[in-house]
Amino acid sequence: MSTTYLIKNVSVVGGTPTDLLLRDGVIADPADAPSDAETVDATGLVALPGLVDLHTHLREPGREDAETVETGTHAAAMGGFTAVHAMANTEPVADTAGVVEQVWRLGREAGYCDVFPVGAVTVGLQGERLAELGAMADSAARVRVFSDDGKCVSDAVLMRRALEYVKAFDGVVAQHAQEPRLTENAQMNEGELSGRLGLAGWPAVAEEAIIARDVLLAEHVGSRLHVCHVSTAGSVELIRWAKGKAAKDGTWDVTAEACPHHLLLTDALAETYDPIYKVNPPLRTAADAEALRAGLADGTIDIVATDHAPHPHEDKDCEWAAAAFGMLGLETALSVVQQTMVDTGLLDWAGVAERMSYAPARIGRISEQHGRPLEVGEPANVVLYDPAASRTVDPAESASLSRNTPYRGMELPGRVVATFLRGRATVLDGKLQ
Amino acid sequence: MKRHLLSAADLSRDDAELVLTTAAELRELADRPIKKLPALRGRTVVNLFFEDSTRTRISFEAAAKRLSADVINFAAKGSSLSKGESLKDTALTLEAMGADAVVVRHGASGAPHRLAHSGWVRSSVVNAGDGTHEHPTQALLDAFTMSRHLGAGKSGQSLDGRRVAIVGDVLHSRVARSNALLLHTLGAEVTLVAPPTLLPVGVETWPVETSYDLDGVIPKADAVMMLRVQRERMNGGFFPTAREYSRRYGLDGRRMATLQDHTIVMHPGPMVRGMEITADVADSDRSVIVEQVTNGVAVRMAVLYLLLGGSEPAVGGEE
Repeated sequence: MSTTYLIKNVSVVGGTPTDLLLRDGVIADPADAPSDAETVDATGLVALPGLVDLHTHLREPGREDAETVETGTHAAAMGGFTAVHAMANTEPVADTAGVVEQVWRLGREAGYCDVFPVGAVTVGLQGERLAELGAMADSAARVRVFSDDGKCVSDAVLMRRALEYVKAFDGVVAQHAQEPRLTENAQMNEGELSGRLGLAGWPAVAEEAIIARDVLLAEHVGSRLHVCHVSTAGSVELIRWAKGKAAKDGTWDVTAEACPHHLLLTDALAETYDPIYKVNPPLRTAADAEALRAGLADGTIDIVATDHAPHPHEDKDCEWAAAAFGMLGLETALSVVQQTMVDTGLLDWAGVAERMSYAPARIGRISEQHGRPLEVGEPANVVLYDPAASRTVDPAESASLSRNTPYRGMELPGRVVATFLRGRATVLDGKLQ
Repeated sequence: MKRHLLSAADLSRDDAELVLTTAAELRELADRPIKKLPALRGRTVVNLFFEDSTRTRISFEAAAKRLSADVINFAAKGSSLSKGESLKDTALTLEAMGADAVVVRHGASGAPHRLAHSGWVRSSVVNAGDGTHEHPTQALLDAFTMSRHLGAGKSGQSLDGRRVAIVGDVLHSRVARSNALLLHTLGAEVTLVAPPTLLPVGVETWPVETSYDLDGVIPKADAVMMLRVQRERMNGGFFPTAREYSRRYGLDGRRMATLQDHTIVMHPGPMVRGMEITADVADSDRSVIVEQVTNGVAVRMAVLYLLLGGSEPAVGGEE
């Protein structure tokens, strides 16, 4: 029999402290707590619904030197996540039912966090022809999110067809918005600093041009569109405009995500030439970060997604241009959101639950199991978080197989004390179980 | 001076003037029968070149040898960009050999910065050109050349108020970046002249003027520096044809006739004759292009000498 947990004196989604009983995988009435229930003193802690990441790179199959489904889900649990969507840019690419089922099965075997594979939009992420989206949707993995993330579906006709096609199974295309010709060999945000550092620029317009096109396409064909890792102020404006339009129409839908690193960090870090700060889309200006925060606060940006992107040491311990794009994010996401959104007064804990659990579960069409309110009878997917704690980030302590965290040496607020997946503690006392 | 020379921005005005004054002393050596000094005897200078650049490597090699340093030339064919040995492993190898200074040329912007700040090596790092970032010793030798022709002030090094036009592919030019910074430090007024496609984003924040009109700028200039324009830029669509580029931004005899009498013409080399500069200009009396090469050795001697701890005067020491 599984352990029953009685969580005492916890602020549920920022509310008045109360008790929570986790029994047989669901939330139960604390009045029914059995005498042998394990009591967790949660005074000062906030309970949030288990976090849901719509954008995680688990690297397996193919790059098990960077991360595996097991280590990636360890990191997810340590960050308070109970569900992650595993991006398709593995080797082989997750563009068939076989690969997505393998990833899904590895997640189930690891048992630390539910893994929902994302299917590739095009065969081999090549942007030439549609992958068998229906087969992935019908597989055991029940794929609903499709993305060529890492690459943009830049062909307008192919994007249109993908948006239309996934309507048959209520899927969504998650677009990595990057106009390829405008970003050939791009290394960092295009601006004053890229010119000075002699690093090829990744202009904001290369993201915004694709978003503008895609929201118009989504409207034209009446589809759902999700925009990955929005990074510029202009993108926020475009999405705000599109949402206003879609709200009046009702047949189409645009959602968008922002990454913690784009909320907190800026392109000024590139001045170190240390590729730990190299990421795609790149770190932008302080004004862009400010606009993302505002967009996340007012709901223009629906969710926070980590874009957790593990890389082995040698792929970062080199010159900037030779280094891989990407940074870790699962274990620090909630802390960064606290620092940038909660401590600044932009979001309350209910807002955090919406942006990091309810909304991503809805977009990923997994809200029967995840992103549920913390109420009696609901699945016991819960994270206990101590917002009063703080820590200095030490990459060596990461549960990920990789160490490429851009927050190395930074002091971040908060600490995940416990994570429960269907009532089982995956993290307790801040330690992986 | 700082321990490394990675960017022209590392040099304060005092630092830059010290390099130029020291170079002026060392320049005299070039006219002596014995061109060698013992200043760096027993020290090891490694020339680490990830990109082919015979002229810069030879210049640094001559500079180090004239100061009696041991010189190791390390032509690392292919960086980790092309899946060769990594920059880090190369650096660790050099460190194990006991290099006192590493002169590095690399195709990736910031590679010398990484070398200096990643804890891989303890030696001084001199940037001999990195990607499209900087080439500070080229800027020093250009400033030195200008000061010999145009210099004023007590030490003869000041470029205060001198007008310098830098013309051509500024976007991809490490020479232009370093010159813009250093010449500003030394008090010169720099104007970058290029088609709009070859000026970097954010150039308005640089301490320079910019212009698209070569004919409007050069009659006022005291020095005109032409930058190399690689023909492959044409394929990138930066300008329509080589012919059109030459017409609008090339320095030919007709344009040279509009210069002031004292104005000098410079080029960091290698030149593309007929593209950015015509043969009659390159070979004219105004051209100081060959002198730039000679001055390059003196300036690099000064840099190595000062970075490797020469606190005594370089010339006229105990030996």
